[in-house]
Amino acid sequence: MSWTCSNYLCLSSSSSSSLIDSHELTLFNRCKLSSEYKELRRKDHDSLRPINTCAYLGLKPPTHKLDKGQRKKDCVLNKPKNICAYYSLRPPSYKFDALEPYMSQRTLEVHWGEHHRGYVESLNKYLEKDDILYGYTMDELIKVTYNNGNPLPEFNVAAQVWNHDFFWESMQPGGGNSPTLGLLRQIEKDFGSFSDFREEFIENALTLFGSGWVWLVLKRNEKRLAVVQTTNAITPLVWDDIPLLSLDMWEHSYYLDYKNNKAQYANVFMDHLVSWNMALARIAYAQSFVNLGEPKIPVA
Amino acid sequence: MVMVAATTTASHLTSTFLSTPDFCGLSRSLQWPHMQRRCTRKYVPGAISASIDLKPPPYALHALEPHMSKETLEYHWGKHHRAYVDNLNKQIEGTELDGMSLESIISASYNKGDILPAFNNAAQIWNHEFFWESMKPDGGGKPTGELLELINRDFGSFEGLINKFKSAATTQFGSGWAWLVYKEHKLDVPNARNPRPSEEDNKLVVVKSPNAVNPLVWEYHPLLTLDVWEHAYYLDFENRRPDYILTFLDKLVSWETVSSRLEAAKVRVAESEKEMAEIDADEDLDTIEPEDTDMYFGSEAEDAEDFLDDE
Repeated sequence: MSWTCSNYLCLSSSSSSSLIDSHELTLFNRCKLSSEYKELRRKDHDSLRPINTCAYLGLKPPTHKLDKGQRKKDCVLNKPKNICAYYSLRPPSYKFDALEPYMSQRTLEVHWGEHHRGYVESLNKYLEKDDILYGYTMDELIKVTYNNGNPLPEFNVAAQVWNHDFFWESMQPGGGNSPTLGLLRQIEKDFGSFSDFREEFIENALTLFGSGWVWLVLKRNEKRLAVVQTTNAITPLVWDDIPLLSLDMWEHSYYLDYKNNKAQYANVFMDHLVSWNMALARIAYAQSFVNLGEPKIPVA
Repeated sequence: MVMVAATTTASHLTSTFLSTPDFCGLSRSLQWPHMQRRCTRKYVPGAISASIDLKPPPYALHALEPHMSKETLEYHWGKHHRAYVDNLNKQIEGTELDGMSLESIISASYNKGDILPAFNNAAQIWNHEFFWESMKPDGGGKPTGELLELINRDFGSFEGLINKFKSAATTQFGSGWAWLVYKEHKLDVPNARNPRPSEEDNKLVVVKSPNAVNPLVWEYHPLLTLDVWEHAYYLDFENRRPDYILTFLDKLVSWETVSSRLEAAKVRVAESEKEMAEIDADEDLDTIEPEDTDMYFGSEAEDAEDFLDDE
């Protein structure tokens, strides 16, 4: 499983209903784009796409008979011509009015419905044309298109798709308060106290110039938490760090509700919107990858 | 230059002088003395300081309705632009930047790319003033005269310019600005000059810049700008940036201002070329003797002098 908390791949195939038996695929029903992509599929045939570069999840064997040449090949990834996988627009796990009065329904409608959807559609358009990028998973795609600081054109859209999904998950109705259990202990260890951390987070949000994001990350190499500010579409994934929370400081995310009052937006996020449950789940998962505590040396 | 720091209210400046092309064409350093003499401002006793002022747009805040709402201008000018001014004044108080003109602060704090904290605020102030002046009520239409000729020469047609400008403004990712600039022909090396300057080499170009950067730091002469920070269009257009760009180009842009800026830019380019020509004509520069002959010739200073005397 990758760092994406949601599985993006929306499989559109002609006999979809019989395949839906796993959790991820139930999202297919909500995927508005699937029907659009059915059309695309029919028009622009997969014979143009090399067989061995698709994200084929191997759900069912090909319905067509393999001809002699293909049977002889060792290549297992013989993708049937009617299955394509594209990135889908996953809705937040709460209704649009659930975050009122802190984040209005209209903001969510525009932010998710127009901005996020626009990024997803642009990403899918890029991937249609580029077979190599099409074959990557989301995390790999972000790192590859970041290209160590000299980003390819697909980077902005791919990273923004990921960032926005992460952001919706970092919020919940009835959020705020403070973290608990191990996360609180770790915050106190790395920042001194929760209020110090909160101050640092908000200061980063206010001093960010232009568009960008503020993150609470677990730094993999330093094995500690940190607050990081990034510009435009950059995400801590490109440095291999593990993000736990994010706050979208692009103006589109707060302008309708707070106009230029960034301080109020950041404070409201911290007080009423942030989902510490999600952050706790993420850091618990991260502990499989980063050893945060002292090693437990067994006494013989 | 000492400027009176006073609170400017959001009232409509009825001075017609401000909207004439002559005024807009004057370079920034010449504008301030005129402002002081003609505007009615409150004199706050004891508060004279060399600080940057919040200059209001040359039209009322509701004058651009329905293309740019009064609410947008109230926030964009009244909050964002005002905040840049206040923050810059706080930042430069007591430092060496205090008292300098806005453009000097911009070039000093740009620091050849390694920007100092004052740059963002200073450049944003300049950009916003330039932006207000680039618009007018009942704007739009087509440019005329020399500007149109240059546009046709450099972009093929007016539509060519519009398309380029639209594409630059749409593709600016994140926050930034789209510009029409007048570019002198210069070689890429910083201190090199065009050996045979001619009018034909100077071009109109469309460029885009991120965040607060403006073409002054690239030594271009800006003629027109469009603010594509989201705060500029979000209240009126939400995410529909292309609609905002079209509205700006069809209904708001002031081509007269652009023409007068073009004339001013040509004058400046001609002056700087004259200066360069004068420097070239001055022959003494070629025979500067190195002050420290020892550096090159060791301690045998006599040999060094013989060497140089041969010239």
